[in-house]
Amino acid sequence: MTIPNIVGAGLIVIGAGLGIGRIGGQAMEAIARQPEASGKIQTAMLIAAALIEGIGFAALFAA
Amino acid sequence: MNGGCIFAPIFEDPYLDHMRNSFFSKKLVAVIFLIAGVLSAQNHEGEDVEAGAHDLKTQIKEYIDHHLLDSHDFNLYSYTTEDGNHKYIGFPLPVILWDNGLKVFSSSKLKHGEGVAEVDGVYYTLYHNKIYKTDSNGTINYDVDHAKETHTEDAFGENLVVEDAHPSNEKPLDFSITKNVVFIIAVSLLMFLVFRSMAKRYQKSTMPRGVGRFLEPLVLFVRDEIAIPNIGEHKYKKYMSYLLTVFFFVWIINLLGLTPLGVNVTNNIAVTFALAMITYLITTFTGNKNYWKHIFWMPGVPVPMKIILAPIELLGTFIKPFSLMIRLYANITAGHVVLMSIIGLMFIFKNWIGSPLSFLLAFALALLELLVAALQAYIFTMLSALYFGMAVEEDH
Repeated sequence: MTIPNIVGAGLIVIGAGLGIGRIGGQAMEAIARQPEASGKIQTAMLIAAALIEGIGFAALFAA
Repeated sequence: MNGGCIFAPIFEDPYLDHMRNSFFSKKLVAVIFLIAGVLSAQNHEGEDVEAGAHDLKTQIKEYIDHHLLDSHDFNLYSYTTEDGNHKYIGFPLPVILWDNGLKVFSSSKLKHGEGVAEVDGVYYTLYHNKIYKTDSNGTINYDVDHAKETHTEDAFGENLVVEDAHPSNEKPLDFSITKNVVFIIAVSLLMFLVFRSMAKRYQKSTMPRGVGRFLEPLVLFVRDEIAIPNIGEHKYKKYMSYLLTVFFFVWIINLLGLTPLGVNVTNNIAVTFALAMITYLITTFTGNKNYWKHIFWMPGVPVPMKIILAPIELLGTFIKPFSLMIRLYANITAGHVVLMSIIGLMFIFKNWIGSPLSFLLAFALALLELLVAALQAYIFTMLSALYFGMAVEEDH
């Protein structure tokens, strides 16, 4: 592993972390606002997080 | 966002007191880690210990690398005897090669890569868990262009000169029953037997019995939470068999990966490739007219845009299963690597503070991996259902 690879991997992790964190935070807010819709919100949250994660892993493989 | 005004009343809040306590306990953990680091640094003073620690790190790395690979034999444990022989506890698996005819022999002939197997006058040897054709001495020739010597130790701490290059030896087609194949077959058989007997019970009465009491809620979960919302009330039935199979297969095999058996089936990108391929094929072959229209001639956008969108949408059909493959593979691999590294930390710390800490960390991480095992099975099934739903959606 060279230094640019490591920096790139770090940037990917920061980006994916920010994205998934934002999804999680917004989902929490949404659940707090409408607890009865928590099931649907959780499903949507997991799908969105999984998509970001997929992109992140693909980028990590490239890095 | 909603600013400083919330801070004043919140400081009297007993709940926040609790939060502050937990913050301090976090600080405490950090301090403990610091002490552990200092102690282990003290341990490493003196040149011999320094070299020993380096060896240990390389050994742990080798061990993890080895764990992530598929193997031709099933080993639970290995050690070096006093007279320098390597002992392996486990059993060999059949090797099936296609090399000018079918050749079947036991992997014990390969002697874990330390010997040469002679079959019908042809010699084979193991190199990095791959089988190569060789001569009676087991010589491996390397691609000279990429040759780059690196000095490392093998799993027993013996010095090796590893050539970081591709062997140019001939590689026979390998259809062996490797460790991964054994566990794929075992899980398939287990699932077949369990679900077969479960299905038979339902012919007698609708009351679940035995293992069905545990599995019925999960089957209903896949139907009511995954299949119906994503595919639709009318069309979900023909996809249920695949969704249930992939859910339970991925889940059981991920759970087996957390046992000390050393199973790592979903760590193998070929396995996740096959699973994603099935999803891709089902999506492609059950896609209706509307699905293809949305890919090649997107309705409701101007014609130049349609021409731009068509290749993007076409590419998207490949990216979807590709991301399914990478997600499952990378999640499980990352989990195993982190877990094993933390277990490896125990042997690097070698003191009364660091080792119990890394044990606790490994324990917590193993619990997290239990969640990840189920979550990845759920995500894989969920996204498969989503893609099937896109394929059969009617015009609206």
